[in-house]
Amino acid sequence: MSYKVKLEVFEGPLDLLLYLIKKNEIDIYDIPIAEITEQYLEYLELMRMLDLNIAGEFLVMAATLIHIKSKMLLPPEEKEILPEEEEDPREELVRRLLEYKKFKEVAGVLGDLESQRKKMFTRIISQDENAKEERFFEASLFDLITALTRVLKEVPKEVFQEIIRDEFTVEQKVHDLLHMLVERPVIYLTELFRKAKNKMEIIVTFLAVLELIRLKEILVVQKERFGEIELIRNESHRLII
Amino acid sequence: MDRREAKNIIEAMLFVSDKPLFVSEIKGVLEEFSAQEIKDIILELAKEYEDTARAFRIKEIAGGYQILTDPMLAPWLKRLYKTSGPDRLSGPGLETLAIIAYKQPVTKAEIELIRGVNVDGVLKTLIEKNLIRITGRKETVGRPILYGTTQEFLQYFGLNSLDELPKLEELNITEHDIELPEHLRKEQPPQEEKMDMKDTQSSIEGG
Repeated sequence: MSYKVKLEVFEGPLDLLLYLIKKNEIDIYDIPIAEITEQYLEYLELMRMLDLNIAGEFLVMAATLIHIKSKMLLPPEEKEILPEEEEDPREELVRRLLEYKKFKEVAGVLGDLESQRKKMFTRIISQDENAKEERFFEASLFDLITALTRVLKEVPKEVFQEIIRDEFTVEQKVHDLLHMLVERPVIYLTELFRKAKNKMEIIVTFLAVLELIRLKEILVVQKERFGEIELIRNESHRLII
Repeated sequence: MDRREAKNIIEAMLFVSDKPLFVSEIKGVLEEFSAQEIKDIILELAKEYEDTARAFRIKEIAGGYQILTDPMLAPWLKRLYKTSGPDRLSGPGLETLAIIAYKQPVTKAEIELIRGVNVDGVLKTLIEKNLIRITGRKETVGRPILYGTTQEFLQYFGLNSLDELPKLEELNITEHDIELPEHLRKEQPPQEEKMDMKDTQSSIEGG
């Protein structure tokens, strides 16, 4: 079974960028784009490795960063521009980061207010009503069936992976064939195949025959065109040994 | 009816109400008292609760008044309601709410421009929780839907009005330092009353 881990570390590309800026103790007004871009892409790669679903927004930001980086690498245009007029390619990004940061801070304030408020209790009327509703809820048989179907749908499907037991091994077949050749002088290939229980055994048998030929243990002969293929012991090999 | 009696009635009304009670609502029952008199009585009650360290506090929330328990008692009350775990808003939820609170009425596209991510799901959740509502449509291309915060929003965060949220300019000044504004914010509310005379404090707040 495979698991998909969902890490909601960063709310979005701007959040990730702010994190990188803070981590590297960078001045937000003077971001070393090349360095930050590299780290940003590294992080995306990490997300990919963790099988996180990288939202398109992260990729858009990656493109933006690379665009800014390339712009900064290019020499300024030939046109005579006064230094003041020359716009920093990072300007738009910095503006967005600052804007986002502001609201991120407010979100923090809201979070504090939320936890403070949660510490103070008020009369809870709505809960009683909910309890009453639950008590009088009537479910028909179809409601139950619907609920069951829904639950069943949500149950993750079990994935069955077929594992084929190695019923036949080439090694075993080689052994069998040699054994057979001790008892009788000739084995017909078709006979071997006919005895095979399934395709797998046929293939394994064939491989065993090839292996024995390679080891020069047997000879394979055919007495006439399209005739029976016979396996016989390679006596000459035996003698050499 | 004398004032003493009215005070008991108002206290009882606040006690039974499950949401902030407006002065106008109380006045609807106690017609012979003016809004100012009613307000004074409520503040008197609030002070009594505070001074005698009672279990309750009266807070001005979303333009009305409500009795709440002393936050110090939270651990015990939480134990009583074992099941109701802290159902907090998510990070994206808080961020989106923050943007809506300050920029309302605001469109989805405007929120997304600031957050840099899609907010479809978040908006849906916030509407379900009744923290935001559709306030209308922007008279521009496509007439996009405008969102704003609700009364429930104020109640949820224990705010009397949106003015109680920190000023954005305030955050702007301390852009370089994240720790400072948080620090200031946390200490300001309790100091406010005692330090009325201190100009420095209020000028920072007014930002």
